[in-house]
Amino acid sequence: MKINVKNFNVNLDDKHILNNINLDIKRNSIHAIIGPSGCGKSTFIKSINRMNDLVKNFKASGKILLDGKNIYDDDIDVVSLRKRVGMVFQKANPFAKSIFDNVAYGLRIAGCEDSDYIKTTVLDSLASVGLLDGVEDKLYESALKLSGGQQQRLCIARAIAINPEVILMDEPCSALDPLSTLKVEELINGLKEDYTIVLVTHNMQQAKRVSDYTSFFLDGELIESGKTGDIFSNPKCDKTENYIEGRFG
Amino acid sequence: MNEKFIEKGLLSITLCLFFIIALIIVFLAYESIPAFHHFGLIKILSDIHWIPDLNLFGIFPMILSSLLVSFLALIIAVPLSLTTAIYIEELSSIRIKKLFKPIIQTLAGIPSVVYGFFGLTVLIPLIRDYVGGDGFSILAASIVLAIMILPTIITLSQDAIRNVPFEYKQASFALGSTHFQAISKIILPAALPGILTGIILGLGRAVGETLAVLMVIGNVNQIPSSVLDSARTLTSNIALEMCYAMDIHYHMLFVNGVVLFVIIVILMALTICIQHKWGC
Repeated sequence: MKINVKNFNVNLDDKHILNNINLDIKRNSIHAIIGPSGCGKSTFIKSINRMNDLVKNFKASGKILLDGKNIYDDDIDVVSLRKRVGMVFQKANPFAKSIFDNVAYGLRIAGCEDSDYIKTTVLDSLASVGLLDGVEDKLYESALKLSGGQQQRLCIARAIAINPEVILMDEPCSALDPLSTLKVEELINGLKEDYTIVLVTHNMQQAKRVSDYTSFFLDGELIESGKTGDIFSNPKCDKTENYIEGRFG
Repeated sequence: MNEKFIEKGLLSITLCLFFIIALIIVFLAYESIPAFHHFGLIKILSDIHWIPDLNLFGIFPMILSSLLVSFLALIIAVPLSLTTAIYIEELSSIRIKKLFKPIIQTLAGIPSVVYGFFGLTVLIPLIRDYVGGDGFSILAASIVLAIMILPTIITLSQDAIRNVPFEYKQASFALGSTHFQAISKIILPAALPGILTGIILGLGRAVGETLAVLMVIGNVNQIPSSVLDSARTLTSNIALEMCYAMDIHYHMLFVNGVVLFVIIVILMALTICIQHKWGC
């Protein structure tokens, strides 16, 4: 197991957002988190790289173990944690810099000064998200000129350039058209060889298509978790069944 | 019918204001024409002596002094304003943010004569005792101006920093940047156009400020050789001499005004260029 979540709770102001979550995420797998809006799935995924630290009045208790080490321990360096656990956001958010500089950013802030290494890594990363052919001759143009789907793939390239162990994806396709979605899904599928991927999605077809494991969240609780095939064909819990059959949410 | 009436009313008030501004510009130009006609632009701009009794009206030292004082004020004010803006927007708690806002607004609302008085009674003795000269100096004027333009630059820089999309910051953190790296490599570059606008508006305010400068700069009309020298700016020259100037001297003061106007127009054009180029 790559990640073990143990008795994990999140409070925001007085609201209980996540209630006693226990979940294991397997190494080199794609683990989908599904559930209706407001069920806490986004909060959960942002707890794994402690992005929630940016949220005022955020309070977590319980443990999230990454390779057996609790990331909420006092001696954890959040900056290096985020280098190990990368993240792709719902809305593509490239910096207002060139394509090259976007991908090189993570390496540069990590203190890498070897320009040959940076260049190779940038090109490799762009190639592995299938973007290199389209942009090879405009690497130094603004990333904001790319289409939405290309921007999202650029963000994935930017995340993998620093060679993380885990990639968190927070509804990465929700703002994309079907064709771009398909490309990103193919890409996600290819990435699990090297990375452990946690994918939040409200698109159940997407969870079904790309993930190995699926967890269903509802009102801050983890209702059911298991192999994707089992969850969708043979859910144990009525709530899960109702949700995946589209009776609510 | 009623709507149309209101629309026309608003339009005519706007046009009136526009007309008044145009009138001021025309008046400024008209009154300066005799002086331009008499001396010629080149002589006015290049002559280094301003001695009305001897019919010498060179404004070069004043242009130089105005720019010198203003840029020196920027050199003092920009680092202070930027660090303050970054601290308030990025690092301080909400309580401190709430505390600072009225303080900065108050700073902007203090009349310039008060700043001048502060310079006269506090700064000038300090400079005289610890730095040198008699205290009335370009340095004193720059410090007073720097304090006066702080609120402009701080407020506009704060706005610019606040308007950087949260997504940028989030993306930077997610890639393992420290807060300082996010500020220096992502937030500040993205906020740069707004910050530059603030700096140029501050510069415009510094060039145009009259009274506070007049009170502390000594007003000796000369080309200054150090920041401890006294000097005279374009604005303070108009204020000092307008009550007794006659004939060509009178018209020359309008030339002062035209030069100031041109400097301000150039600065405004610069801000528009910056905003246009970065699309904000």
